[in-house]
Amino acid sequence: MNLFSVALKNLMRKKVRTILTIGGVAIAIAVLVSLWGFDTGYQRSLNNNIDKMGYQVLVTAKGCPYEAATLMLQGGGGLRYMDEAVYKKIVTDPRIDKITPELVATAYDTARQQGRGGISLYMGIGNSYLELKPWSKFKAGKWFSSDDANEAIMGYEVAEYEQRVPGDKIFIPGRNEVLTVTGIFERNGTQDDGIIFLPLKTAQKIFEVPGKLTGIGIKLKSMSELSKFEEDLYNEPGIQIISLAQVKGTILNLVSSAKAMTNSVALIAVLIAIIGVVNTILMSVFERTSEIGVMKAIGASRLDIFRIIWMETTLVCVFGGILGNLIAILGGTAIEYVLKAVLPYAPKGHLVVITVHTVLLSFFGAVIMGLIAGLYPAFRASGMKPIEAIRRGE
Amino acid sequence: MKKSIIRASGLKKIYIRGTEKVYAVNGVDLEINDGDFVALMGPSGSGKTTLLDLIGCLDNASSGLLEVFGKDVSKVKERALVGLRRGHIGFIFQDFLLIPSLTALENVELPLYFARRQQDRKKLIQLFEKIGLGHRVNHLPKEMSGGERQRVAIARALAVNPKFLIADEPTGNLDTKSSQEIFDIFKKINKEEGLTIILATHNPKLGAQADRTIYLKDGRAVSREESSL
Repeated sequence: MNLFSVALKNLMRKKVRTILTIGGVAIAIAVLVSLWGFDTGYQRSLNNNIDKMGYQVLVTAKGCPYEAATLMLQGGGGLRYMDEAVYKKIVTDPRIDKITPELVATAYDTARQQGRGGISLYMGIGNSYLELKPWSKFKAGKWFSSDDANEAIMGYEVAEYEQRVPGDKIFIPGRNEVLTVTGIFERNGTQDDGIIFLPLKTAQKIFEVPGKLTGIGIKLKSMSELSKFEEDLYNEPGIQIISLAQVKGTILNLVSSAKAMTNSVALIAVLIAIIGVVNTILMSVFERTSEIGVMKAIGASRLDIFRIIWMETTLVCVFGGILGNLIAILGGTAIEYVLKAVLPYAPKGHLVVITVHTVLLSFFGAVIMGLIAGLYPAFRASGMKPIEAIRRGE
Repeated sequence: MKKSIIRASGLKKIYIRGTEKVYAVNGVDLEINDGDFVALMGPSGSGKTTLLDLIGCLDNASSGLLEVFGKDVSKVKERALVGLRRGHIGFIFQDFLLIPSLTALENVELPLYFARRQQDRKKLIQLFEKIGLGHRVNHLPKEMSGGERQRVAIARALAVNPKFLIADEPTGNLDTKSSQEIFDIFKKINKEEGLTIILATHNPKLGAQADRTIYLKDGRAVSREESSL
């Protein structure tokens, strides 16, 4: 016999009550773990998405920088065009390591999302595109046969969704144009997976914007030249220059304010769980008044009683911690689905990433929670006088 | 000459109930020697239980002197009484007061755990067999009859090899047959092992079987005639 089994057997006595209390702790821990997991996952995929763009600087038509950021990250609406002349002007700048022009276009496809309709994304690119993204590999097929061919290369997900293989003909809704698929990229976990790529000139022709671009991606030879480079382009009419570091910072700022709110929700959940545990254990202490008296009569010291009750609350919280982590890990996919539907910008890749560190930290947190919650009930129980406890319980 | 293990003189325990002072034990003198089998008899409210609580170091006296093993415990605080009780005094209660979530064997192991003594299962099972409960070792209290539960409670009290046993109405909740069986166990322990037993009872038939009877009335020790029993 030891205090662990005394505590455990006591918890088993009122199974429903114990399970409900554990459930309360589990929910609080699950919320906590999911939030931490989201935080880790979001930052990780945001970094991944931005790093995998391959460029540090984007030149776009002047406009709202947030719009430009959206445009860059998911090719969203409100497209503004700039003249191809800008590209020709800066392409020779010696500070530039690599540069690629892009033309993003959209088409409303009624067949998307099981017939509910949705936006298909197209991007006109030049040969230099792959130089900026050396990790983009072909899963099947090859590059365009010429820079104005009616051909397309599909991102992994869009090809998968439409069940395409090289040689298939695809149709651009509303444009009456048919393209031949020449290649399909491998999955790379970024927005590229969902884009249909066209040769730049073909895109300009089909979407009726000859000589126009939506953006120019630039990789500088050295990041230290960035501010000088920006300054030089500042006076160029009709364009703005955005560094991806800024974009990243802006998005993380937006997310962090939401995070502060969700963290306080988690904190409240934890507080409620602690109160629940205190309440349950306190109730069980009062119910067992005479038992506690008997234990004291047969030799239990104040510390013995304190430790038994403390052990009970800690066990409740430990089980709650384990269950909460399981819920968070198993429910992560569901949460991710909801988040992706709700968030204004959700990067590709796993949004909720629960690391070993998170699991350990939350588990440790649950133990601390149990220790805190147990203090008062344990103190009350240990302070009971044996004789009064035995008589009162009768 | 037997060794005196408990000595009380002018022992008092006063409770305040509302505005009223209750003299639960009102000046008791007694001496109990090693190996005695003493029955405390008296009507309800005569102070039997309170006196047992004091002797069993569960409570501290209001005034008077109480020596247990030659040590004055009348003024000792509750906290310090633990050390005296633990491993020295065995308690048996009227309603058994076993821990319902623990099996018979675990209930008996509990005082050993609190006394930080070795829990020798083999020895404990032998103890169970001795009191005729070999088949109940792994049963929960609710699966046992009253008489069986009280025998488990006796085993629990004996597990730590106490210096004396305190039994407060141990047969109060049992039928006549079980009562006698329980009482016989006490007699046997007292005779064979020389363990001191102090027992409170309502039952004159059982009380008469003890070596010595102390009659209580209104918190005082009185003669048999005065006790009107």
